[in-house]
Amino acid sequence: MKEQNVENPIYGLAVREVTKHFHRTKRTNNKPPLHQKIRQIFKREKEVIRAVDDISLEVNIGEIYGILGANGSGKSTLIRLISTLLIPDAGSISVFGDDVVTDSLKVRRVMNRVSVEASFFKRLSSAENLIYAARLYGISAPEAERKSKQILERLGFDPNRMNEEMEHLSRGMQQKVAIARALLTTPMLLLLDEPTTGLDPKSKRDVQAFIEEIRQERNAVIVLTTHDMAEAERLCDKIAIIDGGRFIAEGTVEELIASTPSQNGAPATLEDVFIALTGKEIGEEE
Amino acid sequence: MLNLVRETVVSYAFIERNFNLVKRYLSWEILFFSYSIVNALTIGLIMVGRGSSEDVLYLVIGALIWGFLSVMMREVSDAITWERWEGTIEYTFMAPIYRITHLVGSCLFAILYGLLRTGLVLAIMPLFFGEHIDLGSANWLTMAVTVLISSLSFIGIGLMAAIFPLLSPEKGQAATGIIQSFLLLVSGIYYEIDVLPEWVQPISKISPATYTLKSIREAMLHNASIESQMSNLLLLFIIGVLLIPFGFWVFHLGEKYAKRVGRLKRSG
Repeated sequence: MKEQNVENPIYGLAVREVTKHFHRTKRTNNKPPLHQKIRQIFKREKEVIRAVDDISLEVNIGEIYGILGANGSGKSTLIRLISTLLIPDAGSISVFGDDVVTDSLKVRRVMNRVSVEASFFKRLSSAENLIYAARLYGISAPEAERKSKQILERLGFDPNRMNEEMEHLSRGMQQKVAIARALLTTPMLLLLDEPTTGLDPKSKRDVQAFIEEIRQERNAVIVLTTHDMAEAERLCDKIAIIDGGRFIAEGTVEELIASTPSQNGAPATLEDVFIALTGKEIGEEE
Repeated sequence: MLNLVRETVVSYAFIERNFNLVKRYLSWEILFFSYSIVNALTIGLIMVGRGSSEDVLYLVIGALIWGFLSVMMREVSDAITWERWEGTIEYTFMAPIYRITHLVGSCLFAILYGLLRTGLVLAIMPLFFGEHIDLGSANWLTMAVTVLISSLSFIGIGLMAAIFPLLSPEKGQAATGIIQSFLLLVSGIYYEIDVLPEWVQPISKISPATYTLKSIREAMLHNASIESQMSNLLLLFIIGVLLIPFGFWVFHLGEKYAKRVGRLKRSG
């Protein structure tokens, strides 16, 4: 971690004018004539997907920063850029002062991520998966087992099921193991990419309560992407609304609500703010 | 020094994980193992009754060594394919480890696994061939040294092949298969390379499998010593020493490309 400089303060996470575009072969529904088909074999038309477009944000140590957006709005691409899995086309991202492209190893030491897909070796048990993940961070097997048990118990996961193959566990249980995998390494930057999507209400509450516990216990930086307005309101210190790869609003819940006119005399909700700004419901695909 | 110890410990994660996967997919392992035995047997049996015991052993060595080298090469590339299918590749690539640690761990597992499987097949062979195989004049030390040195080259080739599944799991496996079949054709696994068309023979001369087979056959059939195979072994060592960094470099380029265009995302 770099030392603080008063003129250029070091944020837990600083994203500056980051852009990531993808190029995808253009697909049309109508059948082209044969000569056009032949031409397409040699020269495929590409379309540009502006997954992340000129995004900037700063997150202070101890803060939970929420990103609200519809499916395909660019949330996960932004998380992948921060977690060194994608290289930005433009702009820069730094974690505690270290650049994610040039100092990626340093950044990876202090960061971990929970994604919407649990992503495990399905035929291995949760204990085997967690020990494997922990070893990559230099944590020994006994230490990994001890810490995993502690975290999983706090999440309401029965530690006796740690030796069951992952494919026999429910989606909620798999997601809890995914959270344990991320927290085992005691990350200073925790990226939570829709961690509660698809979970039953009880599992959702367990996970949300645990995120609150982490905030109280550690001075970590947490970035949370979500579809769930209530979750964003409950957990986030600051929220950004993303649409078409761009941030269209940013502020505290109160600031965002204050920026939207009240509906029929009743105060606006975060959902009203979202619909007013994006013109779509939260579950809609882009 | 501390870093080296740490990275060695970390590379053990890949060995342990892969052996855990072998245990969990034991029925598949038994199936593949049975296939290796049947393959070596059917190839060796072609010569029983038609040629000498040396001819039978010539073919059996080809089948066994090809089995070892191809398993090793495939395991290195499969380590990436598997992670792509399971979606864990993003987590492995996010871990604070050098890529060399990741790939060395996968390569070490491939060598251990290849040796174990080939050793088991070799142990079963005498039950089927009996007096048709004479291992009395085999020089096991020369064979072992040749296998170890040639492993370097095949790890290098495996590393290059591993970029295909990194970019596309389905097409990647097919591409690895093409490389394997090409090596099988040009390297004199079951025949001398002089029977190949003249224009193919120069390619045979750059294939590490050609020299591996040559030395192992000399060791197993004619009790050749390490000294007598020194020129072959040196050549194999040089090819290995060149192919490994080249393999890492190619993999590094593949990884950078995958991160630029977004190919690491879970699929399947």
